[in-house]
Amino acid sequence: MAFGRSRRTKPPVEPVTLKILVAGGFGVGKTTMVGAVSEIRPLRTEESLSEAGRPVDDLQGVETKTTTTVAMDFGRITLREDLVLYLFGTPGQDRFWFLWDELAQGALGAVVLADTRRLEDCFAAVDYFERRGIPFTIAVNCFEGADRFPTETVRAALDLDDEVPLLMCDARDRESVKNVLVSVVEHAMILAGRERQPATM
Amino acid sequence: MTDSGRQGTQDPLDGHPHHWFDDDAGPVVRPYAMTRGRTSSASQHRMDLIAVVVPEPAADDPGRDQTLSPEHVEIVERCSDFPQSIAELAAGLDLPVGVVRVLVGDLVEDELVHVTRPVPPAELPDVSILREVINGLRAL
Repeated sequence: MAFGRSRRTKPPVEPVTLKILVAGGFGVGKTTMVGAVSEIRPLRTEESLSEAGRPVDDLQGVETKTTTTVAMDFGRITLREDLVLYLFGTPGQDRFWFLWDELAQGALGAVVLADTRRLEDCFAAVDYFERRGIPFTIAVNCFEGADRFPTETVRAALDLDDEVPLLMCDARDRESVKNVLVSVVEHAMILAGRERQPATM
Repeated sequence: MTDSGRQGTQDPLDGHPHHWFDDDAGPVVRPYAMTRGRTSSASQHRMDLIAVVVPEPAADDPGRDQTLSPEHVEIVERCSDFPQSIAELAAGLDLPVGVVRVLVGDLVEDELVHVTRPVPPAELPDVSILREVINGLRAL
């Protein structure tokens, strides 16, 4: 009864799924960026943790509470019926760093969103992706009222390798976010091509 | 006096039992009760957040659902419209990812669904796939 729906004639398409992470400091526009291109309203998913919050969260009165939850938001872009791209906004708080490992596993690449007024907020993310060899693009979210800096200045301030793409973007603007994502994938492609034999390019 | 009474509205013992049942109070049933306390399933190869759950043909068989919980059934139903990732299921069902992994593990064991393996961590997908992603993004 529960599955009593019309019998399908062809099996559902099994899509290839890929993920791109959106990282950056708190309030830099990660959720906005995901929302700008996602075909679904950004969803939140919660992961139960057993240890993370213990020294931090106030458990007074709920001492038996041994788990805490942390939310990540994500969006979906169906490129074709059999090719789906997921965007995951990484939790901004430092104490959820270990969750990044799960998110980063198998990730195609990452966007590091930066705000020039608080550039230091994205240092940790840059460092994380550099260490793990995950291709990433820096997207400077141009907030209204914030000073604009030449890309070279931002680049120098972040001490970026020359090959890492850096773009100015507006996280609210779909076209702008699309450009950022294309840049991530292009960068990933270049790195992938370098790791394989040049002949396969 | 009145003040302390007003503060008391946050106290569950002050005769406003309905305050227990809003979302802020957390789930009425603890999440892992739905998995009968299990935090991992036997068949567990680690399911990635973007691993996709695809129903098997047997899932169309109405006679199979006797031992399944409503959450199991809902997972199969959600996926039969359009195969969904673990992350989407967790968000849609409003359950922690860990719980969804266990429930999907049950369904895998019952051969009602299978789970696609995402691209292995060490290797990036084919350059041809990356090109398709770029073209797809540009065409959005």
